[in-house]
Order: sequence, then C-alpha cells, then structure tokens
Amino acid sequence: MRRPKKYEAGEATQYISRRAALRKLQLSLNDFRRLCILKGVYPREPKHRRRAQKGSSEIKILYHTKDIRFLLHEPIVWTLRDYKIFAKKSGRDRAIKDFRNLKRRLALFPEIKLDHIVKERYPTFIDALKDLDDCLTLLFLFSTFPSLHLIPREQSNLCRRLTIEFLHYVIASKSLRKVFISIKGYYFQAEIKGQKVTWIVPHYYPFKPQSRQEVDFKVMSIFVEFYTIMLGFTNYRLYHGLNLAYPPQFPSSMLQDNEETLKDETSFVSERIAALNFELLRTDKVQEDEEEPDIDMELLEQDGDSKRIIKMKQEAQEIARLRNLFKGLKFFINREVPREPLVIIIRSFGGKVSWDSSVFSGSTYDESDETITHQIVDRPSLSTQYISRDYIQPQWVFDCVNQRQLLPTNKYFLGEELPPHLSPFVDAKRDTYVPPEEKALHDPSLIETHAQSDDESDEEEAAQNEDDTVDQELLDAQLQRAYQQETAEYKKYGGPDGVNEDEEDTDDDFDGEQESDEEEEELDEKTKRLQEEKKKMSVQSGKVHKVNKRQLHKAEVDEHRLQARMVKPRHRNLFRKLIREKQSKEKEEWLLRKKRRNIDNDTKEAKKLVKREAKKAAAAAAAAASQLGVK
Amino acid sequence: MTKKRTVKRKVKEPEPTKEQPSVSEQSENEEDEDLLQAVKDPGEDTTDDEGIDQEYQSDSSEDLEFESDEEGNYLGRKVSNEAEEGEDDQDEDDDEDEDEGEDEDDDSDDDSEESDANEASATPKDDQPSSSKAAAAQTKEPIIQIIPRDPSKPEYEESDTSDEEDIRNTVGNIPMHWYDEYKHIGYDWDAKKIIKPPKGDQIDDFLRKIEDPNFWRTVKDPMTGQEVLLTDEDIALIKRVNSSRIPNPEHDEYAPWIEWFTSEVEKMPIKNVPDHKRSFLPSVSEKKKVSRMVHALKMGWMKTTEEVEREKQQKRGPKFYMLWETDTGREHMRRIHDPVSAPKRDLPGHAESYNPPPEYLFDEKETKEWLKLKDEPHKRKLHFMPQKYKSLRAVPAYSRYLRERFLRCLDLYLCPRAKRVKLNIDAEYLIPKLPSPRDLQPFPTVESLVYRGHTDLVRSVSVEPKGEYLVSGSDDKTVKIWEIATGRCIRTIETNDVVRCVAWCPNAKLSIIAVATGSRLLLINPKVGDKLLIKKTDDLLAESPNLDIIESERIKTAVQWSNAEPDEQEKGVRVVITHFKPIRQVTWHGRGDYLATVMPEGANRSALIHQLSKRRSQIPFSKSKGLIQCVLFHPVKPCFFVATQHNIRIYDLVKQELIKKLLTNSKWISGMSIHPKGDNLLVSTYDKKMLWFDLDLSTKPYQTMRLHRNAVRSVAFHLRYPLFASGSDDQAVIVSHGMVYNDLLQNPLIVPLKKLQTHEKRDEFGVLDVTWHPVQPWVFSTGADCTIRLYT
Repeated sequence: MRRPKKYEAGEATQYISRRAALRKLQLSLNDFRRLCILKGVYPREPKHRRRAQKGSSEIKILYHTKDIRFLLHEPIVWTLRDYKIFAKKSGRDRAIKDFRNLKRRLALFPEIKLDHIVKERYPTFIDALKDLDDCLTLLFLFSTFPSLHLIPREQSNLCRRLTIEFLHYVIASKSLRKVFISIKGYYFQAEIKGQKVTWIVPHYYPFKPQSRQEVDFKVMSIFVEFYTIMLGFTNYRLYHGLNLAYPPQFPSSMLQDNEETLKDETSFVSERIAALNFELLRTDKVQEDEEEPDIDMELLEQDGDSKRIIKMKQEAQEIARLRNLFKGLKFFINREVPREPLVIIIRSFGGKVSWDSSVFSGSTYDESDETITHQIVDRPSLSTQYISRDYIQPQWVFDCVNQRQLLPTNKYFLGEELPPHLSPFVDAKRDTYVPPEEKALHDPSLIETHAQSDDESDEEEAAQNEDDTVDQELLDAQLQRAYQQETAEYKKYGGPDGVNEDEEDTDDDFDGEQESDEEEEELDEKTKRLQEEKKKMSVQSGKVHKVNKRQLHKAEVDEHRLQARMVKPRHRNLFRKLIREKQSKEKEEWLLRKKRRNIDNDTKEAKKLVKREAKKAAAAAAAAASQLGVK
Repeated sequence: MTKKRTVKRKVKEPEPTKEQPSVSEQSENEEDEDLLQAVKDPGEDTTDDEGIDQEYQSDSSEDLEFESDEEGNYLGRKVSNEAEEGEDDQDEDDDEDEDEGEDEDDDSDDDSEESDANEASATPKDDQPSSSKAAAAQTKEPIIQIIPRDPSKPEYEESDTSDEEDIRNTVGNIPMHWYDEYKHIGYDWDAKKIIKPPKGDQIDDFLRKIEDPNFWRTVKDPMTGQEVLLTDEDIALIKRVNSSRIPNPEHDEYAPWIEWFTSEVEKMPIKNVPDHKRSFLPSVSEKKKVSRMVHALKMGWMKTTEEVEREKQQKRGPKFYMLWETDTGREHMRRIHDPVSAPKRDLPGHAESYNPPPEYLFDEKETKEWLKLKDEPHKRKLHFMPQKYKSLRAVPAYSRYLRERFLRCLDLYLCPRAKRVKLNIDAEYLIPKLPSPRDLQPFPTVESLVYRGHTDLVRSVSVEPKGEYLVSGSDDKTVKIWEIATGRCIRTIETNDVVRCVAWCPNAKLSIIAVATGSRLLLINPKVGDKLLIKKTDDLLAESPNLDIIESERIKTAVQWSNAEPDEQEKGVRVVITHFKPIRQVTWHGRGDYLATVMPEGANRSALIHQLSKRRSQIPFSKSKGLIQCVLFHPVKPCFFVATQHNIRIYDLVKQELIKKLLTNSKWISGMSIHPKGDNLLVSTYDKKMLWFDLDLSTKPYQTMRLHRNAVRSVAFHLRYPLFASGSDDQAVIVSHGMVYNDLLQNPLIVPLKKLQTHEKRDEFGVLDVTWHPVQPWVFSTGADCTIRLYT
C-alpha cells in the first residue's frame, strides 16, 4: 500500500488559492474577478489556515476547490475568452484600417447573458428578495451617475429605469414601512413578501470624481451589470404578482431618454420624479381599492389568543392602518424641498402630491388648490399662506410614517425648531440607551409630563422660588399695607363683632408675642409630663423596620459576584468577554445620559436667564412707570 | 525713350566718384574689353573709362526692355530698335552691350530684328505711332497685345531675347550673399568678373535721398548690384500686383461673355443615329436582382433598414421574463458549494440622523479623539461624525458615500466567508443555576468578635472540641488561649520559637494542645475547662510508658521524646518532642492518640507520625516523593493523606501502601481539609484555586473553584453543617455550602454563600488560617493583622 503523502487529502485539497484558480481557469485576474462577481463566488475562510494552505501560514485568498470546478463549466467563461479574441481582432482591424471588417465585427460583439446565473444564485424568488438590499442601494447610486469612462450611459439609464419601476411597485403595493433621513441618504425599508428590504437613496448629488485607489468604478460596474439583470427579473415577478403590466407604461413620454434629458441634469431628475406621480397601467381592469382580507387574521382567531398571536394581530392591524396613513391628504411640495423621497413616501401611504408646475414637470394640481391639506416647506418663512392648509417641514412626513400615526403638526410648523429625528431602525439589544424623545414616543404619558415640565411647571417653580423673591416681598408688603389700611378703616367705621374679635386676636399676636411664648412653654411642660405618663402606661407603637436598601443591594451584588465566579472554566473567557461588552455598553449609555442631562440643564439655565432678564427689564419698566405716575 | 535717357544719366552721375579706386584692379579686364570694343566699335575709345558703367547702363536698359516684354510691350523693344536705327549717337551704348555678348548675341539680335520685321509686317500700322511716345503707345497696347500672342513664334523669340538680355551674370540662380565677401559679384558671358559697384555709406544715401527726386523709385538689382530706376509702367505693374489685380492693365474684366457652348437643350439630336432598343427596355439582370430581393424581403431573409434599426433598438438592453415560477419553488440546479450569504449591513441608529438628539453630537473631546484615530478608523466608536442640520434642504451629499458602496462591493466579492456559530446569550446564562444562599442558612454572615492580643501575625488557630475555648499560635512566639464567647484571653504561653501550628486534640476526654514551635512539638495542657479532665490529662502525660521496642536509628536521629522542663511545666507544657528540623504542621488523628507532623526540610523523613499513648514515633515513608506540604488523617478509615507540591497521595496505614494519587494540576498546594464523612477532599492552592475532590469518583478534581482573587491559604470543612470556608491572601474568608448527599448518584452541591472581608492587609498577607466552631456555624479566621475574628 502506498503511504499517503502530506496534504493529499483533507482540508488541503478542499481549498485552492487564487493563483492556482487562475491557472486552472486560464483566465486573467480581471476576467476572474468579473466571473467571481457575476457568479457570486467568494473566498472562504478555512478552519485551519495552515493546513488549507499546505503548510504555509501567510494569509492567502482561498477558494473552495468545488467552486472553482463549478466555474470551469460556466458558459460565460467562453464569452470572456471571446472578449479577448474580439479585442485582439478588432484591434488588428483598426491598426490596418480595415474599417469594413471592423464594423462587421462590432456588430458581432459577444454579448454576455446572465439570466441563468440569476436563477442559479437565487433558486427561489425569496432568496432574490433577501439579497435585494445591496442591489437596490448600488443601483440607486448608479442611477444618479453621469456618463463616465467606465460606466456607460446605457448602464446608468437602465439603473434609472429599473429603480423607478421598483419604486412604482413599492407605491402600488404599499409595502413601505420605515423611512429615515440619515446624513448619508434616505433609508427606506419595505416589507415585500415578508422580507425586509432596506435601501439607501443618496442625497443629491452623490457623484464626485474619485481616485483609483479610493473607488474603482470598474468593479462597481460589474456588480451593477449583474444587479440590473437581477432587479429586472425581480421587478417582472413583483409586477405580475400585482397584476401590473411589465414593463410599466407611463403617460406621456416619461423615461424616454431623449437628448434633452440626457443633457440637462435637472430635467433628468425632474422627469424621474415626475414618473413617480402617475398611476401605473393595470392588466386587470378591476380597481383594487378594497383591502385584501388578511387570511392570517382568521387563522389567528381560530388559534386562540396566546401572547404572540395577539401581538401579531396588533401588528397586522397597525400595518393596515399605516398603509392608508395619508389617505385623503393632499400635499403640495414647495420647490426647495427634495421631492423624490417625499413623493415616494406620500404616494405609497395613499396621499396625493403635487408641486410647482412652472418649475418641474409632472405636477397634478396647483398651489392655489384649496383642497390641499399640507404644504411642505423647507424655508424659514413664506410670503403667501393659505389658511386652509398646514405648512409643515418635511420631517413631519418621515416622523409620521415612523410613528405610524399622524402627528400633531405644531412642532413642525414653518420656521419652527424641529424635534430630533429618530431612527426607526434602532435595535433595543444593540443600543441600550434610549433618548428621552423616544421614551416619550413609547409612553404617551411621558409626552405630557415632559412637555409640562418643559413649558410650565419648571419655569413657574423657578420663577416662584428664585426669581421673584424680591418681587414677591414687595408685593407682600404692599398687600399687607393695604390690608392694614383696610382694617383701620374698618375699625373707624365699626363693623360686626366677630370681625372685631378677630382683629383683637390679630392685634394680640402683633403686640404680645412674648406672652404667647410663655404660655406655650407652660403648655409644653404640661404636655410633656402627660406624655411621659402616657408612655409609662401605654404600649409603645412599634417602629417600622427600616430596610437599608443600599446594603441589601450591595449584599445582592456581592452574592451575584460570588456566584459569577462559579462559571465553568471553559466558559470563563466568554463570560468575561460578555461582561466586558456589557460594561462598555453600560458605560456608553451612562455617558450619553450624562451628556443629555448636562445639555438639558444648560438649556434650562439659558431659558431661565433669558426669562429673568426679561422679567427684570419688565420690572424696571414698571418701576419707571410707577415713578412717573407718582411724580 | 526719355526715361531711358534719364536712367543713363542717373547711373552715370554717381559712378565716376566711386569708380576711380577700382580702375587699377580691373585693368586686365578692361584690356580685354577694350579689345572687343576695338573689334566692334573702334570709334568710341574716349568712353573707355566708362565702359563698364555703360555696360551696366545698357544692362539696365535691357532689363527695362525685358520688363516691358513681360508687360506685353512689344513697343519698348521696337522703340529700342528704332532708336538704334534712328539715333545712333544716343544709343551707341545699347549697341555696345549687344556687341559685348557672344556671337550668339548677334544671332539673337538678328532674330529679334527679324521678329521685329515680322511684327512690323503683321502690324504695319503700329510702327508709326510707336515712334512717338510710350505713354501714347500704352493706350493702344491691349489691342496690339492679342494679335502678337496668338502666333507662338514671336512669343518664343521674345522670350529668347529676354533670356539673352537677362543673363548678364552667369552665376546662375544662387544666393547672392555668397559673393558678399568678394569684390566681384559674378561672371559675365566672357567669364570675366563683374565687379561690384562701389557702395555708398549712409550719409551718401541720405544725401541722395534729399537730392534725388527719383530716389524712391530706385531699386538695386541683386544680380549685378546696379541700381535701377523703375519706370512708371513698372510702378503701375507693382501697384496692380499689390492690389491683387491681374497684372496686365489691358485685361478687361468686364468684357462681354462669349458663350462657346450653349446651355439650351437642343430638340433635335446632334447625331442622326436612332437609340438602341435596350435603352427602352428594362434590364433583365436588374429585374432578376430586384425580384430576388423582393423574394428575400417576403421570406424575411432580408430586412429593410428600418426593420434592422428597430431590431437593434429592441435588442439593446436585457430582456426580462418570468424567471421564477413561484415564490418559494426551488428548481434543482447546480449551485456553488455550501453557499454562505453575506450578512446585511447594520441599520443606522439615532446618531446617523440628520437631526439627532443633542447628546449624540460630538463634543470637543470626542471630536478630538475621533480625529486622532484618523489612521486607524476601525478603532473609532462611530465611523462617521454625527452632524446636525437645521433643515433638510441644508443636508449635503455624504462625501464618503461612494467609498462606502465600493467597500461593500469589495466585501461581497473579496471577503472570505465562513459559517460561525455566534453565541447570542446573556452573560447570566453562563452562571450555573444554584440555589439562593438565603435557602441555605445557617451560615456566618457578620463579623461578631475580634480577638486582639497578638503582636505578630497569627499563624494558626484551633478550637476546643466542646467549642468553649480557642487556641492560637503566632509569630510573636506565644500561644494564646481564648474564651470564645467573651473574647477574653485566658492564658498566654510563651515559647522559644515562632509558633507555626497549633492543634487542639479532637478527643473530648483529653485536654491537650499540640503546638509546633520551631523544631519542637509541645504537648500542652491548657488547664481550661473541666478540672477533672485537666487532672486526668496531666496524669496521663506524667508517666511515660516503658519502651520495650527498640527504635531504629533513623527515627532516633529524627525525634526525641522528653518530658518538659520544670519552668515549662508551669506554663502547662507536658511533653516535648524535639524534631531534627523545624516543624511546619501538626495534625491530630480523630481519636486523639496519633498525631502527625510535617517538616518540609526533612527530605525523606519529612512526615512523622507520633503515638501519644506509647510515646513512639514512626516514619511512614522511606523515600521522599516531593516536598511535603501538609498531611491529614482520614476521619474514619486508616488512611493518610500526604500533599506534596503538586499531588496528593493517599496511603493505607494498615497495609502500608499507596491507595490513590490525586492530580491537582496546580502549581503549589497550600492546605487541605477532608469532609467529616471522608469521601470528599478540599484542597487549597497558592494559585488562587480550590479543588474539590470526590474520592470515589476520580483522581481529578470534581470541581475547581476560583472564588478568591489571591493565593488561598487554608480551607476547612464544618464538622456538622454542610459548610466549608476558605481564607486567602485577598483578606477574604469565603463561606460556601458544600452538600454531600448520601445518594451516590448525586454529585455534591457547591454554592458560594458569603464573602467575609474584614481582615486588614499586611505585607501581602491576608487571612492565614480558618477553622470552624465544632458545633455552631461559626468560623474563626486568623490574619496577618494580628487578630482572630469570629464570624457568626
């Protein structure tokens, strides 16, 4: 029997280095990269790197040997080789200026076909939906790109088309759930067939020339090449699921890449948004106004009411409400507001939206329309305002969606300082710190108290306690004087007896305080004696045993600490790590809370100062006025 | 003709002055010329000096003639001829010029004359007016011009003559500056040097400019260096050329158009031949071609350009169709091996908001820290700097957006993936589920008494079997006996050396304390408690039994038994067992007859067993198995536990053999304690661990406890309660619940109950010894702070 050599079996044969893979596939590195991106082949982390690398311990990029063997049978490998041949031959034609031949060759450019790869990478439709995040984010980015050296115009046009189609689906299916304005862009989260799809639409204008080291557009372009195909097929299926015609038909000449739109970036963008404001053509003529009854709900009712099911039911109801959040509302977007995200949001929650027709195309009604309920404005003031509508800042729309209810608009009025915009994506496990604003959202009672404390009680207290002491004294003195005068007058003119007696009493109080003190002392002695006697006689009332909470807590902590030392030795490191993480998290939370407290105190102080100054000024003015009056 | 004359004069006037210096040089040439002249014109000797000048003059005149030729003036030439004929005197120079040329010149002259004659014959009328004035002739020239040009002959001749006149200098068409350094400027037909005319300086030029009214029309001929006076015609010509008009002034731009070929289509054919039939019939081959194309179009083999364009349009961009039939249906396809889907990116928190709550914004310190970690961004708390914008309109594009997208792309295709099980558990989950200490009472919870009196660290403590008194041994060389309930020190016994260990005899019928001080082991009667018992003990220890067995030398050298000295007797010491090395530990057997001592330095005699009743000692081991730390008797069985540095060996004392070796896997054992039932052993080590051995189970510890933060000095089991305590250098006494069940299948339950930390630290030492009260759940601990503490 032959003695097996080292690295002939096991992990060493399972992995193959990139260099070896290139040699095996007979491709250049660029082609290999392209193939990997398109086919979704990625390097693997071996269990034992040293063994997988046949003894060498430097870090190499390793692929599964099976993956590489799988690539070997891929038809697009031949297309990639054809590219090479094409480049060589057409280069020759160009060199010898055989343009006839060149033209013929160009017509026969080998096209790459990716349909089967989409199916292969995503065997079920749900798989494709799961992987839609990166796809959408990248395509939304590319749809804003100008024509670049490495990114052909066709590609960015296709991106634009597909993303708009997807947005139309989101609007038509009302599947948008969460939105968020980040400094990076607008986050949208939709729930499509139970999958949460999140994408980012960057703030305009995201493209900036980049150095080669920073960003390699070629790599991104290959990704986009695959993602466009994938999103196309996904859109197709999504549209058919809603009985919508695909490709969608738009009224007028939307999405036609005529020369004008290509030239002018602003018109390009405006057309893109305008397309969103139209209903799509349906394949079935039935208007699907009524909500499809939730089958789940019925099932749930049958199942009974465990906690989870109740929760699910509530969730379903809430979502049903959310889908028609803006129904019956008419929005008008002022021209300084970024329209695209707002149009998507408003339309997908059942609202109607329009904008200034003189500036951008695609508006459906005018600003002067009296039925408009909300006008979205992003500037400090507006000259002409209609009484019939609310003038709000764009954040209102986002916050409403995240809260799943129409919020009161008073905090979002024109020129108002906006409340913080909170992320709807926070994970309670990940971020333990909850800012007070979010707490208030969860607990409506906190809102009021918060508001009250902010607005009234605090200030009043402060005013009474500190600021107005002087004023108060002044006022009191004045009142007393007035009262004395009154009583004197009363004495003069005589009155009912009871009143007189009272006055006497008061006089006594004023005159003979010492007497009363002596009396009191006597009284005290008597009572003391009595009490002592009583003490002797009676059963003493028991004292409540006071539990020292702090000590108790300490004892508990100690106990816990001791028990924590009983963690099994094999878990000790993990335990320590977990504890350390927990502690750091707690520290973070504590820091944030402290910071917030300081900020709140500062703002309160500032408010107080302002108020005090205002009051002082008022008092000074009043004094001046009174002096004038006296004179 | 008047002009010619003027030219001559002009040229002549400046020449005489300059010529004189050059005469001598050119004398040879002159001679030749003279000869020639002599042949031709002997009559004109007088003009010898000016011969050259004249030549030039004539040259210039010929130039003129030539130029006039160019203009198409035939007249000029004729005039000159006529002048020759008519006015001999005046035009002698001309003749001379011609003569000076070669013989051919003559021929050419003749030719010219002939041509003249021809011209004259052709234009008989012209002769007469030409003699009058050139200006007058010019007006008539256009008419004349056409006629002489039509026939080629006169033209040719003309050019011929011009050639002859032109080539005065024979150097050819070369850059004339080659002759700049020479006196001559070339060679004439006779291969004679043509001498450069003298050059005037600038003053001369200036003077001439002032004086000479024709200075402006004087030009220098580069070939000969002669100055030439331009005629009016020349100037007119130059002007015409300059104004980009046709040089010939006679050319009439507005002459009536002569239509040579008519534009009208003639009705009648020019030729009288009828057309061929095939010009009327359609081409058969073309018809075939067209029909073939029509057929191809019909069959779809060929496409119109429109169709082709449309197809191209359609072809552009991918085609989409229903790729997946159902949402979840999975078609069997080859996929990549063991696919690992890439994890999604984290969703944004509040800090990423464009308008975050104020606490998320960085303050100065945080900003500084963030900026400081520029080179290692992974260490940053957040990968971006939170920012607040007043309105949505003010939010700019995120500068790193593209970069982030790109990095995500790189992640997707370049980042190695592997499936890892990520523990998503709470730390609490890892703590074993133990009963609450409150359910395991009683156990000591508070410090209730402190026994003070020692002046150095208290090494050891032991309790009377009945639980009334306490004995402690300290480094201040004293042994103190305390009353437990009051904390009063009843007696202090001074010894000669540091007291390492004290042990009260566990037999309640005896009142003996074994004290290890230096290398002596003292058996002390503490004289506390029952008087009868004290008496009985004294009596027992007073009489020494007669030794009938002779001890071996090995034991003799190691141990000597003796009764105490009288002064020591007073203190209570009854028997002294002197060892050969300092004793570290002493421990009693449960019955109180045997006691064992440990001398770490004793090599193979480091452990000794003494029998009190027989006053006899044994050395159980003949060979050293390591540095013995401590020893212990089994409470029930005749077993002996010996702890070396790393291991514990259990010996059967009856059979005198090793039963078991316990592997502690620790570096240094400090002490051990055995459960009263004898099945479980607790070992403390200096490496912070406590080991619980279940002797029935295995030779490895059942449980390793790391309750202490520092070296554990001692452990002790309670005799009745399921409790054990441990004292450590971290000044803590930890009381734990250690329940051993009678059921063999149930493992012992160990629950740490209470940490009692009241001892003070002194020189790295904390608690040195712990002991339980024999009856109550009370624990005593001795510490480096010279105190003994009681926890109840």
